[in-house]
Amino acid sequence: MHYYNVKDLVEEAEKRAVTIGRVVKEMEAENLEVPVEQVEERMLAQWLTMKESAEIGLSEPKKSMGGLIGGEGKKLNDYRLNNKTLAGQRMNKAVSRALAVAEVNASMGKIVAAPTAGSSGILPGVLLTVQEELNLDDRRIVDGLFTASGIGIIIAQKASISGAEGGCQAECGAAAAMAAAALVELAGGLPSQAGEACAIALKNVLGLICDPVAGLVEVPCAKRNALGASLALVSADMGLAGIKSVIPVDEVIVAMGEVGCSLPDSLRETAKGGLAATPTGRELAERFLGKF
Amino acid sequence: MREYSCFDILGPVMVGPSSSHTAGAVRLGRLARAIAGGVPKEAEIILHGSFSQTYRGHGTDLALIGGLLGFNTDDVRIRNSFAIANEKGLSFKFIPANLGEGFHPNTVRFFLISAEDEKLSITGASVGGGNVVITHINDNEIELKGDLPTLITTHHDIPGVISRVSGVLAEYKINIAFMRVFRKEKRKLAHMVVETDDKVNSAIINDILKLEPIVSVRSIEPV
Ligand code: SF4
Repeated sequence: MHYYNVKDLVEEAEKRAVTIGRVVKEMEAENLEVPVEQVEERMLAQWLTMKESAEIGLSEPKKSMGGLIGGEGKKLNDYRLNNKTLAGQRMNKAVSRALAVAEVNASMGKIVAAPTAGSSGILPGVLLTVQEELNLDDRRIVDGLFTASGIGIIIAQKASISGAEGGCQAECGAAAAMAAAALVELAGGLPSQAGEACAIALKNVLGLICDPVAGLVEVPCAKRNALGASLALVSADMGLAGIKSVIPVDEVIVAMGEVGCSLPDSLRETAKGGLAATPTGRELAERFLGKF
Repeated sequence: MREYSCFDILGPVMVGPSSSHTAGAVRLGRLARAIAGGVPKEAEIILHGSFSQTYRGHGTDLALIGGLLGFNTDDVRIRNSFAIANEKGLSFKFIPANLGEGFHPNTVRFFLISAEDEKLSITGASVGGGNVVITHINDNEIELKGDLPTLITTHHDIPGVISRVSGVLAEYKINIAFMRVFRKEKRKLAHMVVETDDKVNSAIINDILKLEPIVSVRSIEPV
């Protein structure tokens, strides 16, 4: 069985009075022809790896392969521990972890692509934080990961989850939208609220280009993970508050795909436009490529 | 429309930073190793297109060597694969070059000397999302994606070989997914690439080896 619309997924979940995560989990088990426990185990393994990358990123920060980033996650975490902060503790906890995982990725550490390696920080960043703040056990988070992946499947089918195809809206944008939906369900919100949160997050990244400096998954990728995490949290709160997206979520997803197709090549991972083409971006690229 | 699994979206577990430039490179290295029948003694590695431009920043070089050593895409030893290669007696060198038109931007060509002193040239590309394809072994064009168990035979090009090999597989109820035959010259040595749905065990390979036109069989597990 497959769902091609968020609306169908939400309706199925509400009809059965279960979470989207539960519907997706059962669908996955059915498609793989294995018991539900088996897909749960497999998702738990992904989750434990995500946790591990966030921990390593904060405790052993490393310079990235290209040398452009490293240590920012820890810096934000130290700042938050010693200051009141403007955006608050939860927010900064999530953001510092998202940064940390993106840094682990950029320094050849182990991560879970979510949905891609470049956007791998957003889900662990927010989910680890709500796990601690709301006291949720790993099993609950695994359900949230099924919610996120169900949304991700639909985005992949109707739009894209590749920067080369759809720009960064398809990577960090998709990750934020997936995370927002998962957060709503983990906080006890309704499936329909999860759908609204997903739409709200995705609307805010429409047009976001993919412009990695020197072609490396470092700048602006790590900081887009950071702000993707904050976007997910705020969108989830809006969904939980009962705010609706005027444009329905499935239409937003299609719009994202169309915007991606109309982005010029220079703004889709080729490192020829956007930040990659700024004077500093070019200089870093030259220095980097010239170094070898 | 492609149907996705949850684990295509939340996964793979991999060593970063890039699915095409790192994870794909590991898989290409693993396939080259399998074709060479184990860790080679020497590897001269030509990097083409985007691979030649950004290989260091993506750790493509470390990933290719990690693959030749048999590491998985999520093995954190990849970061230290050069030192491990030195320990294991694999000498290697990278040469950024332009292979010309018609090659995917993420193409690599391995010139290998295997543990048995066989010289091999293996060309492949990382085509996105960690997916790869081996396009050439020596001068032979092939298509090997490494996601199914695969057999590569070397055999004398005489009538009936193909049906005899597929006959052995049928006996063991192994379903053939894709099959391709190529040769340089009529009636000399030829090769067959057989991708199967199920795992091919050593008993089956021994039975194929017993067929007299068969010179050798290499079994390649999915990477
Ligand atoms: S800028 Fe491009 S490479 Fe970086 S995270 Fe976004 S989509 Fe991925």
